Formats: sequence, C-alpha cells, structure tokens
Amino acid sequence: MPDKHLSSQFDNELNSVSSRLMEMGGLVESQIQQAVYALSLFVENVADTVIENEHKVNTMEVEIDRELSMIIAKRQPTANDLRLLMAISKATANLERAGDEAAKIARMVKSMMAHGGFRALPSSELRLATEMASDLLRKSLDAFARLDTATAVTILKEDDLIDKEFDGFVRKLITYMMEDPRTISSSLDLLFVAKALERIGDHAKNIAELIIYIVKGEDVRHASIEHIESTIQSL
Amino acid sequence: MQTTASPEVLSQNVLEIRNLNFYYGSFHSLKNINLDIKENSVTAFIGPSGCGKSTLLRTLNRMYDLYPGQRAEGEIMFNGKNILDAKQDLNLLRARIGMVFQKPTPFPMSIYDNIAFGVRLYEDLSRSEMDDRVEWALQKAAIWNEVKDKLGQSGLSLSGGQQQRLCIARGIAVKPAILLLDEPTSALDPISTGKVEELVSTLKSEYTVVIVTHNMQQAARVSDYTAYMYLGDLVEFGDTEQVFFKPKRKETEDYITGRFG
Repeated sequence: MPDKHLSSQFDNELNSVSSRLMEMGGLVESQIQQAVYALSLFVENVADTVIENEHKVNTMEVEIDRELSMIIAKRQPTANDLRLLMAISKATANLERAGDEAAKIARMVKSMMAHGGFRALPSSELRLATEMASDLLRKSLDAFARLDTATAVTILKEDDLIDKEFDGFVRKLITYMMEDPRTISSSLDLLFVAKALERIGDHAKNIAELIIYIVKGEDVRHASIEHIESTIQSL
Repeated sequence: MQTTASPEVLSQNVLEIRNLNFYYGSFHSLKNINLDIKENSVTAFIGPSGCGKSTLLRTLNRMYDLYPGQRAEGEIMFNGKNILDAKQDLNLLRARIGMVFQKPTPFPMSIYDNIAFGVRLYEDLSRSEMDDRVEWALQKAAIWNEVKDKLGQSGLSLSGGQQQRLCIARGIAVKPAILLLDEPTSALDPISTGKVEELVSTLKSEYTVVIVTHNMQQAARVSDYTAYMYLGDLVEFGDTEQVFFKPKRKETEDYITGRFG
C-alpha cells in the first residue's frame, strides 16, 4: 500500500502481516523445491525433512490468521485495506494447501522408494511441470507484493499450460502401466505427484486472482479470462 | 468540482437538492450540491470537520434561517415545492422535517410534556389521544419501558442516552416525513449509541432519515446511502456498501481508510 495512514501503527500492522505472508510464501516455495529435489534424485532424507517441516507452514497460517483478526478487531478496515486483509487471509489458506501438496510429494517419493521399480518410470518427464508450478507460485507471490495485475493475468493463462501438461503426463503413465503391470503401484504414486503439481499451479492461480480483487475490487474467481482482461483495463 | 449523484435504485426521491450553494456571509460553504434523498432510507453525510455536512443538513429544514448573514441559493424540492422559497412556512417545514442535535436538548419540563409540547402546536388532540401519541412516540424511540413509570419527572433527570432517545421521540411525535440527525450519538456511551443506531434502522420503515456522523463505521452500519463531502463539495454519493467496499474516487478511499489526503 503506497499511501500512509494517519495511524502509523496501522501501517506497521499491515506491513507486518504482509511480510509474514511473504515469509510463509518463501517457506512453501522451499518446501516445493526440496520435495521436487527428493523426487528427481530419490533422496529419502530430503523427503523426510519436507514432511518434518510441514508443521511450520501450518503454524504460520494460524499465526497470520490471528494477526489478521486482531487488525480487523482494532481497525475496522474499509475499502482497499479491507480487501487486502481478506486477500491475505485467503492467500495464506492457499499457501498452506500448496505446502500440503509439497509434503504429499515427499510422501509419494518415500512410497515409490519402498515399492521399488520406480527408476523405470518417466519421473524426469515431470521436470517441466515441476518448474512451471514452482515458478508460477513464486511469480504470484512477487506480483502480490507489488500488486501487479498485469502479471496476475499472465499467471492465470500459464496455469492452463500446467493443466495441459498434466493431461499429457497421465496419458503417458497409462502406456507404461499397460506395458508392464508391475509398475502400476509406482505409477499411481507418480500420478499423485503430478496431481500435486497441478494443484500447486491452481493455488498460484488463486493467489493471482486475489491481486485483481485487491486492486480492482472485483471478484474474478469464476470469471472468464476475457472478462478479467477487460476488468484490468478499466480504471 | 461538480458532482451530480443519484444511486440507481427505483425508490422515490423525497428530497431533490439541485445546484445548492450556501454562504456564511462571504464564505462559500456549500458548492453546487446536487443530491437526491430516497424515501424510507437512511442517508449518511460523512467528511472531515468543516466539509459542510452539518451545513447541508441544516439547509434541509432551513435551520440556518435563525442566523443573520447565512443564505442558501438553489433548489431543495420537497413535495413539489422549493423549501428555500421565501414564502415557505418554516414552522410547518420543521414539523415535516424534524431535527435532533448532537447534544441532547430536552425541554425543562416533564418527560410527558417534552413529547406533547410539539404535538399541541400542530394538532388538537383529546387527553386520551395525546396519551396514546406520547406512548407511541416513546415506544418508537425504544425508551418507553425505561420511562413509562415516571412520565411526570423532568426530562433532564434522564441519562444522556435516554435524553437523546427522548429527543428522537419528540421529533417523531409530530409524525414528520423526514428526520435529520446531526451527530446524534457523539455525546453518548457505546451502549446508548448502539440503542440509537438500532432505533435508526427501525425508523426507516416509516421515515426517511438523514444522519451526519463523524463516525465512519456508524455510517457504514446504519445507512443505505453515503455522501462523502470535502471542503464544501460533494465528492462521492452512492450505495453505502459500494462506498465502503470500493469507493469510486481516490479522495473518498483516502478518507474512509484513514489516509493522508
């Protein structure tokens, strides 16, 4: 928020809760990176670390929500302040879910290693989807910090690409399972990983929609991309 | 700045303010105000001190006429007539458009007579009809249960919050079309404030209420329409929900979110 309030304490509170959100975003990003690293090289102890750290993300969500409640109780925010606080609350929920997906990937890595036979599977083909998902989440947090609606729209478009990538990967897995039924259980684990990445992309998209909500005051969660673009262009 | 504002709702205008200018001597205090007040709704005027919101309220029943050197130009149409017209009967106007002030102003007489006094000026009621009217007005103002056993006591014996509700009852008793409230709760504690706010929302089924308030949250809670004024200009007028959630103008947003202008 560029302009200052009459109450500098209120400014401090808004700045504090906004930077807490960014801190949580950083933590979730690193969880995703680690989970993906564990997947690409099948490193069990990294997967363990991701699972252990999941509670940190959860704790941050609870703390940020408490901070938000206190601000609302004390300041009775209106207009763009109110929209910012509502958006932060929803963004933390999305980040927490993205953090859950990271932990899910880590658990799948452990499960695949336990089943064996995972090296025969096309797990490296998830690399593109992985990069897209974590890149999208980072972009959405950057855009949130800058309240950048133009980037928000590009994120909404890019999420469609991840969805397409996911569909292609599912088809590929099916051929593996048909060729060699022994890979079915590992393939299913890998399917869950792909699904988790697709979900992370969705959470990034939700965060991007919140940016438009803050800046334009319009809820674009279920709007078409054409409608969203015209909203952005209107004053 | 010229702002013609009218919320897009299909209810009737009870007051239509057109090109209203107001002067305190040579000081131009309201600048070309255009505004419609909808029937059976609550309209709030908000803005910083000196923005003209109380002045605007006081033009609506020509309260300013009591002071020399103050004059209004333009039109305020009420029942097809311009109330700024020199021929307007002021007593009749103020019976149709009542006002409650910032500080409670009960008359130094009994609670009963506080209500009956104004009614006697306009209507010739029998004793029992008057009793009914007094009870009705006190009921409407949500103070009947607190005073029904002491109607003969002085109005000044009541607490501040009760006195203000007594004044609202007095305003209602003559059955006006519009009730003007000039910061009616600024001298009251939170509980009395809550009672007056509750009262305002029940009154609008039968009356049109216009309220000036310094308390923005109060405007957000009680009003259907909000007008934001600044330095004698009407900056923004619209549905309260819209004004408080997504104001159209930056100046309004800065004010309601408590930012430097």
